[in-house]
Amino acid sequence: MGSSCFPILSLLIYVPLLGAVTLLFVRREHEAYIKGFTLVLSLIEFALSIPLYFYFNEKTVGMQFVERRAWFPEWGITYFLGIDGISLLLILLTTFLTVLCVLCSWRAIEKRVKEYYITFLFLETAMVGTLCSLDLVLFYIFWELMLIPMYLLIGVWGGPKRVYAAIKFFLFTMAGSVLMLLAIFALYFQFYKATGTYTFDVLQLYNGHIPVSTQYWLFAAFALSFAIKVPMFPVHTWLPDAHTEAPTAGSVILAGVLLKMGTYGFLRFAIPLFPAAAHAAIPIISILALVGIIYGAIVSMMQPDLKRLIAFSSVSHLGYVMLGMFAFNMQGMEGSIYQMLNHGVSTGGLFLIVGMLYERRHTRMIADFGGLATPMPILAIFFMIVTLSSVALPGTNGFVGEFLILLGAFRANMLYGILGTTGVVLGAVYMFWMFQRVMFGEVKKEENRKLVDLGKREVLILCSVVFFIVLMGVYPKMFFKKMDTSVEGFLKFVKERNAYYMASEVMPVKVVLETVKKPAE
Amino acid sequence: MVDYIWLIPVFPAVGFLINAFFGKKLPKAVVSWVACLALFASFVVSVTILFQFFQLPPEERVFERNIFNWITSGEFNATVGFRIDPLSIIMCLVVTGVGFLIHVYSVGYMHNDEGYPRYFTYLNLFVFMMLILVTANNILLMFVGWEGVGLCSYLLIGFWFRKDSAANAGKKAFIVNRIGDFGFLLGIFLLFVSLGDHGVWTLNYGEVQKNAHLLSASAATLITLLFFIGATGKSAQLPLYIWLPDAMEGPTPVSSLIHAATMVTAGVYMVARLNFLYSMAPQIMFLVALVGVLTAIFSASIGLAQNDIKRVLAYSTVSQLGYMFVGVGVGAYAAGIFHLMTHAFFKGLLFLGAGSVIHAMSGEQDMRKMGGLRKKIPITYWTFVFACVAIAGVPGFSGFFSKDEILWKAFSAGGPYLIIWAIAAIAAGMTAFYMFRLLFGTFHGECRASEEVKHHIHESPKVMTIPLMILAGLSVVGGYVGVPHILGGANRIEQFLEPVFGGAGEHTALAGGGLNIISQAFASEGAGGAGSAEMTLMILSVVIAFIGIYIAYRLYIKNPEIPKRFVERFSGLHRVVYNKYFVDEIYGAIFVRGLFGLGTVLKSFFDEIVIDGTINGVAALLGWAGSLLRRVQSGYVQGYAFAMIVGAIIVIGYLVVRVMM
Repeated sequence: MGSSCFPILSLLIYVPLLGAVTLLFVRREHEAYIKGFTLVLSLIEFALSIPLYFYFNEKTVGMQFVERRAWFPEWGITYFLGIDGISLLLILLTTFLTVLCVLCSWRAIEKRVKEYYITFLFLETAMVGTLCSLDLVLFYIFWELMLIPMYLLIGVWGGPKRVYAAIKFFLFTMAGSVLMLLAIFALYFQFYKATGTYTFDVLQLYNGHIPVSTQYWLFAAFALSFAIKVPMFPVHTWLPDAHTEAPTAGSVILAGVLLKMGTYGFLRFAIPLFPAAAHAAIPIISILALVGIIYGAIVSMMQPDLKRLIAFSSVSHLGYVMLGMFAFNMQGMEGSIYQMLNHGVSTGGLFLIVGMLYERRHTRMIADFGGLATPMPILAIFFMIVTLSSVALPGTNGFVGEFLILLGAFRANMLYGILGTTGVVLGAVYMFWMFQRVMFGEVKKEENRKLVDLGKREVLILCSVVFFIVLMGVYPKMFFKKMDTSVEGFLKFVKERNAYYMASEVMPVKVVLETVKKPAE
Repeated sequence: MVDYIWLIPVFPAVGFLINAFFGKKLPKAVVSWVACLALFASFVVSVTILFQFFQLPPEERVFERNIFNWITSGEFNATVGFRIDPLSIIMCLVVTGVGFLIHVYSVGYMHNDEGYPRYFTYLNLFVFMMLILVTANNILLMFVGWEGVGLCSYLLIGFWFRKDSAANAGKKAFIVNRIGDFGFLLGIFLLFVSLGDHGVWTLNYGEVQKNAHLLSASAATLITLLFFIGATGKSAQLPLYIWLPDAMEGPTPVSSLIHAATMVTAGVYMVARLNFLYSMAPQIMFLVALVGVLTAIFSASIGLAQNDIKRVLAYSTVSQLGYMFVGVGVGAYAAGIFHLMTHAFFKGLLFLGAGSVIHAMSGEQDMRKMGGLRKKIPITYWTFVFACVAIAGVPGFSGFFSKDEILWKAFSAGGPYLIIWAIAAIAAGMTAFYMFRLLFGTFHGECRASEEVKHHIHESPKVMTIPLMILAGLSVVGGYVGVPHILGGANRIEQFLEPVFGGAGEHTALAGGGLNIISQAFASEGAGGAGSAEMTLMILSVVIAFIGIYIAYRLYIKNPEIPKRFVERFSGLHRVVYNKYFVDEIYGAIFVRGLFGLGTVLKSFFDEIVIDGTINGVAALLGWAGSLLRRVQSGYVQGYAFAMIVGAIIVIGYLVVRVMM
């Protein structure tokens, strides 16, 4: 386990918070300063996260940039931060998207500007914190902290039905969180029973012994909490409402990062803590993922509202992520992680574009558009590229992820692979149909005739999105090389632990503990 | 010399980038020069490599080069790498050569279009993707080109996106192709996993070929079937051909380049490229030939009754692609590729000629409103004649040699292939008929256009007619690279392709051996017997072609009353054929409405009422939502929000302080 002397992760977590606190003392009339300050701060944060990429040693399995301090030693709570190749990429995605979110809110947010940016910075702290935490209590705190700013973003700065959407979002995630909290405590005491120590340190808990029958319950609680966040079918219905009502930046960050917290939670907690249960759950999760892929696509097709359409497409895309993850092989797992990033970039891009249209027309209804390629040719190009990324055209990022996921799924279970691949066709149907209705044909509505094409700021935002779409599609190695070792180690660990539990079901527990614990260290 | 093969796709890519970024600001002339020169440069490189090949012994005619590792994950590795061998160089020559001519033609055809730079941007991108498709050294990169050309096809069919019909046609093409790609992708997965079971993890052609013997017969059968599904999409075969006729919504040079000469032949190329797999699966080979021949006769019959000149040509393309599949399906890969090449010449020419006609007729495409154009646009007319003669199979012209080669190979495969041969021969007669019907209807007889249109009829500018003339020349001489031995030729193209297909051909001969009754009968008479059979068949097909032409002459020149009476007499039959057997309507009723019906039920009932209703119901029962709602609704949003933020900050602050201590 490498340890760095410089607490870069803490820095990354608290810089936005510091910014948020500073903003508290700025007078609300100084809107320009507030915006500029937030933009600069988010850029600094992004710049700070880049060295992580370069200093991250891709050859070792363990956690890096580790910070560990005793916190409540009597309860086994530590302030324990660290990242591996998986969280590294997600952190970069978070800091990148936050910059775009600040930029795209420039004109869209007119009321309570100060509070808005405070909330946003606060959210960034919570997100980065969640991705770095290796102590369950710390993780849980950050996890819950993400809820509040997101709730506010929807509830205060959202659309007409924002209150309903915000509460729905809050209730869904809270319900999951409560179950997870209970499971965390159960796990904590279970570990104590087996080893005699109290700890919330995830890496220690990985190597504990939880009877398989107990694992099922604990996994179920964690998995439900994460599945709501992903969201997996059938607990997805909060997402369309939340997306539809949230302001553009809220949708971007919600789709881009918050949903990934669910899938990340599976990777970091639910699977390695309860490997036997996770393996037993493969059929259930895979089938729900497949239903999500197909169902999400078909329901998406019928949506009259652009944001709802994209929200359901997220259900479909996140279905791929879950399908690949539960293939439990290299291709599936790496594809799955890559797809998390892809989805952040391309669905983020789609929401940004819808936001730009909304700012101009104050509607999201597909029927209100039509023929926009004529007044807005530049938007048309960007929209096309992002659409192609979303339908996973080779050469774009989407293809790399989707291909590996489907290959992995196919290797694990041919039927899953075949069913998952139908999503490739359905994806083209709903995206291209939507694109045609919005962009092609004659301009039929008078209001659309004089629409102004993209400005410099908007072009800049979308250029950065397209840059990553192409880079990640053409040269994915840049990203894969950082996660290869981590993912390989992860799969190996989960496999060994599962084998251990399989054996322990037959042999008496204590014997197994003695024999297997050494190699697992 | 291996080092510059990657240049072939690079030039169009550069052209694409220049026009994509600066096209709007550059003068039109620069845009067109950039686009055309890019193609010409690639063409020159291809020709150079061809000549280098001639200086090498056949077995050394393979250049391969990996540029970088593209996707690497666990055992999976796919490179961006190129492979030039006799097969890919022929494809490159066709794509860049014919492509160049069509680019030049487009300079004239698209001259007044407001989307001029956009058009050439797409066109260069298309050629780039097509070259990736044919020069890739592994199946995944081929798939990149495969989907890439699909994208360009989508963009170019829908080039005039303001027209709903164009936008619809583009979308239809993409989605139908995606259905085929579903098969292609599964084929890749199955191939990768099946070879992986034997410890070989690769998608590189050479590696796959070397290890193909590891595959079980059933695996090979399934893999080739899945790939063939992909081919039916891209190459518009039954049952996925429906997108190609609609694709005529695009500008006519696009129809010529993408939907006749190059992209639609990708499926044929793919089967030929993977010949070593197909040869392991005789049932699928038969299926390929069967689907090919059924498509050939099916779409030829639709072509008989169409009045839109581009539609006639579209169905003709579908039909000719069917012939190519018959060729590769009977194991005569070289014959299939030969026909692919000659077809690129004459069908490319036919579309460009049609474009020239449409240009002259102020946009009119309906044959019934044409006629008598022979004198007014003579260059277009004469080049069109050459193409018609070539496609009809008149001896001496390119189509004759390639089509006959396929027919002969199908016949000599014997057994069930005889049925395929018979159907193909009948379809050849229909081809001759509908092509001359088109020729006569458009260029001969009285001009049926309105006075205003008549007034404007003019021959196209040189920039358009010169490509026509060059292609007309190629439609004549293009066949001489494949003159069969029996006519004293050396069948050069077959020899040239020997290193790629050599082993595979023998394989098929073995597989078909048991069924080979008739040719065995000839063989017993010695070599001369087989020769005389080939000669007999050749004469037969010439007779069939001339019968087709003669009937067209009788019906459309001599007695133009007959077709009208025929239509009246058999109005039911005509209606069915004219409406393309209502296949689009049937698909629409089953698949499109089925999907939408399902979508409506899932969205409006299942998602919004069942799932959401259940969950909202639960929430309401808990009463929790109620209390929260009350608080929020009574105007405390601000206070509540503030309290939450402050509270959270206090908590975090406290925790941080604890850490510091």
